[in-house]
Amino acid sequence: MSAERKREILGFAVAVAIVAALPVVTRSAYWLSIGVFIALHGIVAIGLGLLLGYAGQVSLGQAAFYGMGAYGSAILTLHLGCNPWLAMGAAAVATGLIAYVIGVPTLKLHGHYLAMATLGIGIIVRILFNEGGHITGGPSGLPAVPNLAIGGFAFDNDLRMYCLAWPIVFLQVVFSRNLLRSRLGRALRAIHDSEIAARSCAINTAKAKVMVFVLSAVYASVAGSLYAHWVNFVNPHPFSFPFSLELVVMVMVGGAASIWGPLIGAAALTIIDQSLLQLGHVFPIAEDLDIVLFGIIVVLVLLFMPRGLVRGLSSQEAERRAG
Amino acid sequence: MRCPYPRLLIASCIVGLAVALVVGGGCAKPQPQQVPGGPPKVGEMPVPQPAGEPIKVGAIFSVTGPGAPLGEPEKFAAEMIEDAVNKAGGINGRPLKIIIEDDQTEEAKAVLAAKKLIEQDKVCAIVGPTMSGTTLAIVDSCQKAEVPLFSCAASAKITHPVKKWVFSSAQTDVLAVQRIVEYLKQQGTKRAAIICDSNAFGQSGAEQLRKQLGEAGIQIVDEEKFATKDTDMTAQLTKIKAQNPEVIICWGTNPGPAIIAKNMKSLGITAQLINSHGVANQKFIELAGDAAEGVILPCGKLLVADELPDSDPQKATLLKFRKDYEAFTGKPVNTFAGHAFDSLQMVLQAIRKAGDDRAAIRDALEQTKDFVGITGVFNLSPEDHNGLTKDAFALVVIKNGTWTQVK
Repeated sequence: MSAERKREILGFAVAVAIVAALPVVTRSAYWLSIGVFIALHGIVAIGLGLLLGYAGQVSLGQAAFYGMGAYGSAILTLHLGCNPWLAMGAAAVATGLIAYVIGVPTLKLHGHYLAMATLGIGIIVRILFNEGGHITGGPSGLPAVPNLAIGGFAFDNDLRMYCLAWPIVFLQVVFSRNLLRSRLGRALRAIHDSEIAARSCAINTAKAKVMVFVLSAVYASVAGSLYAHWVNFVNPHPFSFPFSLELVVMVMVGGAASIWGPLIGAAALTIIDQSLLQLGHVFPIAEDLDIVLFGIIVVLVLLFMPRGLVRGLSSQEAERRAG
Repeated sequence: MRCPYPRLLIASCIVGLAVALVVGGGCAKPQPQQVPGGPPKVGEMPVPQPAGEPIKVGAIFSVTGPGAPLGEPEKFAAEMIEDAVNKAGGINGRPLKIIIEDDQTEEAKAVLAAKKLIEQDKVCAIVGPTMSGTTLAIVDSCQKAEVPLFSCAASAKITHPVKKWVFSSAQTDVLAVQRIVEYLKQQGTKRAAIICDSNAFGQSGAEQLRKQLGEAGIQIVDEEKFATKDTDMTAQLTKIKAQNPEVIICWGTNPGPAIIAKNMKSLGITAQLINSHGVANQKFIELAGDAAEGVILPCGKLLVADELPDSDPQKATLLKFRKDYEAFTGKPVNTFAGHAFDSLQMVLQAIRKAGDDRAAIRDALEQTKDFVGITGVFNLSPEDHNGLTKDAFALVVIKNGTWTQVK
C-alpha cells in the first residue's frame, strides 16, 4: 500500500469518526441540524468544486439546481402523490438534463460563458418558482412536503436526517474520488493543467466539461430534495442568487480541485456564521458583521492560500518540514 | 522565498477598513433609549423585584436582510416589553427573559434559530418569525417539538389549515379585501378594475379581489399586472381607462402604487383609486405627492389612533403603545412593531394564566378572548388561530397629506 493511499484512507477514517462522534456527544436538534446543513451545502459544494477545480468553470446557478431538486421533490410528492425517493430521483434526472442542455452550447466556447449562462438560468428559475401559480405555490411556497421513509421508518427527525445525509456525503466523496481516477478524471486533470495540451492528446474537452457540469447539477438537485423532505417546506427565496454566491465562496475558501476542500469550506462558513450570530448576543456591536467577515476571509484566503484552506495548510506543512 | 510584506500590507489595510466600517456603523445605529422619567417612582407603588429562575420566551425576527424594515421594529418592541415587564415585577414573580435570534431573512437560519431556542435555551414559546417564508420553514419543527409558535407574518398558509401549535397575529389580505368590498357595496359600485403587483403580496391580493368582488356581484372590467420595479404604468392604465370603471383597486407595495397614482392623474382618469394596506405609510404620500390626495385604503388603526372615537376599544391601547414605543426607541411607531407586541403580549398573558409549561401555554392561547391589541381585537379558538375580523382595518382617505377616516 502506497503512502498516498494510506493517507487517503486515514483522512477518510478521521472524517467518518468526526461525523459519527457528533450524535454520541450531543442529541441536541440544534447541533444535529447544523450538521445536516453542512452535509447539504457540502454535497452541492463538492460538485461545484469538481467543476471549478478541474473544468476551470464557475457556475453561478447552483442554487437554482438545488432549488430544482427541492421543488421537483415537493411538486411530485404533493401534486402527483409520488413516492419521495422516486421524486428525488426524477428531479435529479430532470435537473441533469437541463444542465446538459445549457452545458453543450456554452462549454464549447472559451472563457466564462458558463458563468453568464448559469447566472441567467438562476434568474429564470427563480421567476418560474415565483410565478408558477398553484403548481409551485407562488411566492409563499409549498408547505407540508412529506418526509423520506423506508417502509414504516420515516426520516422525520434531525438525528435520522443526519444519519441519512452524511452517508450520502461519504458515498459522494468515494464516487467523486474514483471518478477522478477514471478516464474522465484523467481527462479533467489534463484540462486543469493545460487545455491545449489536453486537446492535442485527442481529449474531447467540451464533452468532459459538460459531464462534470451535469454531475455538479445532479449533486445539487439531490441536496435540494433532501432539504425539501427535511424542512417540509419550499419557497423561492432560499434558491436565489446570494446562495449561489455563498456556495462559490465555500468552494474558494475550502479549496477547489480537492474533494475535501469544498466540504471543509461549507463546514467552516456554516460554523462561523452561527458563532457570529451567537456572539452577537454578547457583543451587539454590528448586526451585519458576518458579511464583512466573509469578505475578509475570502480576501485573506485568496492572498495567502490561493488554493484554499486544505491545500494551503498542507503545503505550508510540507514547506515547514522541508524547512 | 517571496517577500510577504506587500500582501500583508494589503491584507491589513482591508481588515483595518472593515473594522473601521463595522465599528463606525455600530456606533451610528440608534440604540434603544431608556424610558425618560427614570426608574418607577418607589413611593407610589412598591414593586417587588422578580426573583427565581427566569421564564424564557424565544423570539425570531429578521433584524438584518431584506426583512429588516419589519424585523428591527419588532425587536425593539420585544425589548421594550421585556424591560417593562421586569420593572413591573416580572411574570408570576419570576423575571422574564426574551431571547431574540436574528434569522437574517433566510429560511435555513430560521430553522437553526428555532432549533436552538427549543433545544439549547429550552424556551416555553416562540414569537415570530417576521416573514411568511421563514415562518412556514419552521412550522414543522415547532409542531414536532410541540412548542407554541406565535408568528408575526400574514400569509394565509400559516393559519389555514389550522395547525395545533401555530398562531399568527398579523391581519391577512382576506380581511383587507372584505373591508374594501363592504365599502364598495355601501357606495353601490358596479364596475371595478384591478391592477396588482406580480409579487407575493400583489398576487395574493388579486386572488382575494377576484373571489370577493365576484361574490359581491361587482364586475371586474379589466385586470392588469405590473412588476415591482416598473417605473411607468401608463400602458396598463390606458387599457383600464378604455373600460371606464368606477373604481380602480391597486394591490402592491411602494413605489409601484405611487407611480400608478401619478400616472392616473396625468392621464386624467377620474375613477376612485383604492389602494391596499401595503402602502399604509408616510412613504406613499411622499412619493405620490398631490396624486395621493383622495386615495382610499384600508389600514391598521395605529395610523389613525388620534381620530378614533373614544368608544373604540383599541384607542387607549394604541395611544399608550405609541407613546411607550417612541419614548423607548426615539423612532416613530410602526405596524410591524404592533405585530410583535400582540404576539408577545398574548403569549405572556397565557404564561401568567398557565405557567411555563409548553402544552398549558398552547391551551391557554387557544382560549384567548377579547384581547385588545394593536392590530385588532383577538378572539382565538380551536378553529381560528388568527382571531381577527375585518374590523381590524380602518378605511382611510388621504387629505392634505395626512390620513383621515372615511366617514
